[in-house]
Amino acid sequence: MSAAIEVRGLTRRFGAFTAVDAITFDVREGEVFGFLGANGAGKTTAIKMLIGLLAPTSGEARVAGHDVLAEADEVRRRIGYMSQRFSLYDDLTVRENVQLYGGVYGLTDPEIRERGGALLERLRLVHAGDARLGTLPLGWKQKLAFSVALLHRPAVVFLDEPTGGVDPITRRQFWEMIYAAAAGGTTVFVTTHYLDEAEYCDRVSIMVDGRIAALGTPDELKRRFDAATLDELFVRLARPAAAAAAGAV
Amino acid sequence: MSAPSSPVIVEGLSKRFGATVALDGVSLEVRPAELFGLVGPDGGGKTTLFRVLTTLLVPDAGRATVLGLDVVRDLWAIRARVGYMPGRFSLYPDLSVEENLRFFASVFGTTLEEGYAVVAPIYRQIEPFRERRAGALSGGMKQKLALSCALVHRPELLLLDEPTTGVDAVSRREFWDLLHALKASGLTIVVATPYMDEADRCDRVALVQQGRVLAVDAPAAVGARFPHPLLAVRGRDRRALLEALRAHPHAVSSFPFGNELHHADARLGAPPEALAAELRDYLRGRGLADAEVVPIRPGIEDAFMALMGAPPEAAA
Repeated sequence: MSAAIEVRGLTRRFGAFTAVDAITFDVREGEVFGFLGANGAGKTTAIKMLIGLLAPTSGEARVAGHDVLAEADEVRRRIGYMSQRFSLYDDLTVRENVQLYGGVYGLTDPEIRERGGALLERLRLVHAGDARLGTLPLGWKQKLAFSVALLHRPAVVFLDEPTGGVDPITRRQFWEMIYAAAAGGTTVFVTTHYLDEAEYCDRVSIMVDGRIAALGTPDELKRRFDAATLDELFVRLARPAAAAAAGAV
Repeated sequence: MSAPSSPVIVEGLSKRFGATVALDGVSLEVRPAELFGLVGPDGGGKTTLFRVLTTLLVPDAGRATVLGLDVVRDLWAIRARVGYMPGRFSLYPDLSVEENLRFFASVFGTTLEEGYAVVAPIYRQIEPFRERRAGALSGGMKQKLALSCALVHRPELLLLDEPTTGVDAVSRREFWDLLHALKASGLTIVVATPYMDEADRCDRVALVQQGRVLAVDAPAAVGARFPHPLLAVRGRDRRALLEALRAHPHAVSSFPFGNELHHADARLGAPPEALAAELRDYLRGRGLADAEVVPIRPGIEDAFMALMGAPPEAAA
């Protein structure tokens, strides 16, 4: 089995502060991988390195078979990205957003028409194609943003808190879309503050103070740490870091 | 302290923005010294309701009183007696921690020294950094400063708009511990959150969705409104389990819930143990031999989903 993401001793320092401290792990092709950690644990810095936005201080990472530093353009062509804070443009219509991102991701006009049309059908958004995105409910926006991030059929998609503030039914529909993408061979790398969602991942890692404090399937981790839920485990692992951060950051 | 009447009374409140209905006939009442939750997804109307209660928006219809004062007529009196922490960080990033706090105290005609006893339990945690620019604080410290600024004029009512959104599970718990300490001092607190699990930490909650109130009650009582017998199902192959549950002839709804699945059965009044045994046999018959099924009491999230109903696109 080949790895969609290979991380070896990846480190990033800002002055005297080590945000990411020699992390090493693999994510398999077609896996749903949950990347967890408290605020300030180093998740965002790690993701920025994996998507080629930030150079590592040392160590290396390969995403979809390419080095994130030496082959950043190759990596970017093969990944999709969406987050709660940044996804699509509220002032453009649904169809304009699809066209814009199709172009950004290097699709041809016929490809955009064909895949964009199929995407709106699948999401049952054909009727809303000419509506300004800003007028849609958040849950629809997030489902659309995820589908747009998959439009160029990336090998790996990064989802940074994709379901924050979304209602509980739409949140579950979003996870069914994640499973469908993974079943189609796309590797899904996802962060979330909802620990019930972490249980839906094939494997999860928990970052504490720049390091990976635990990594495994949800069942393995609960057994190993003798915790009933990932929520319980998360609080136990992350608390010392949170307590230190409150006093020292 | 104010009179023992309800600090917040909202009756038939409506507010539109163009074609968007933000509040659609909202009614609710918050009792003295209560920790009251407005629970629901983004876009539900929580922020609009706060803006009406803080006199920043005038409603199209309906009325609201805060501490016995009318939100339209008595706006200046209300502003002096209410503490408000908006959803977005709203302090001055170029002022220091202490300057922000002194500024907000002076706006309300008081001083940090006068308000110190009230803010001390929170402010002491960030006081060592009082000379740091607010913009340079970590997320958790910004949150504590914002809460201190909302409290420094010793309000009788505290309104918090999604103070824990985007905050990790550990920090969320700590923030709720702080709210309980404030409540214990007699303060009435209304807090909005999209996190269903936080509803359990409130005395009472209003479930809010698309501008309407779905229910107002104590958290346990809201769960009890779930209309159907509910079963929790566990097993290794969750995707296969979910498919089998949805195909069950008496299925009302089947949803993933963390490491288990919640399955509602249509047969009202049937003994839950019998339903569980029957479902176990059904799943075994479909090759899911390791399935465990137990009757459970529905929680807020179960009730919320049942009350909101499946939105049009949920048919997929």
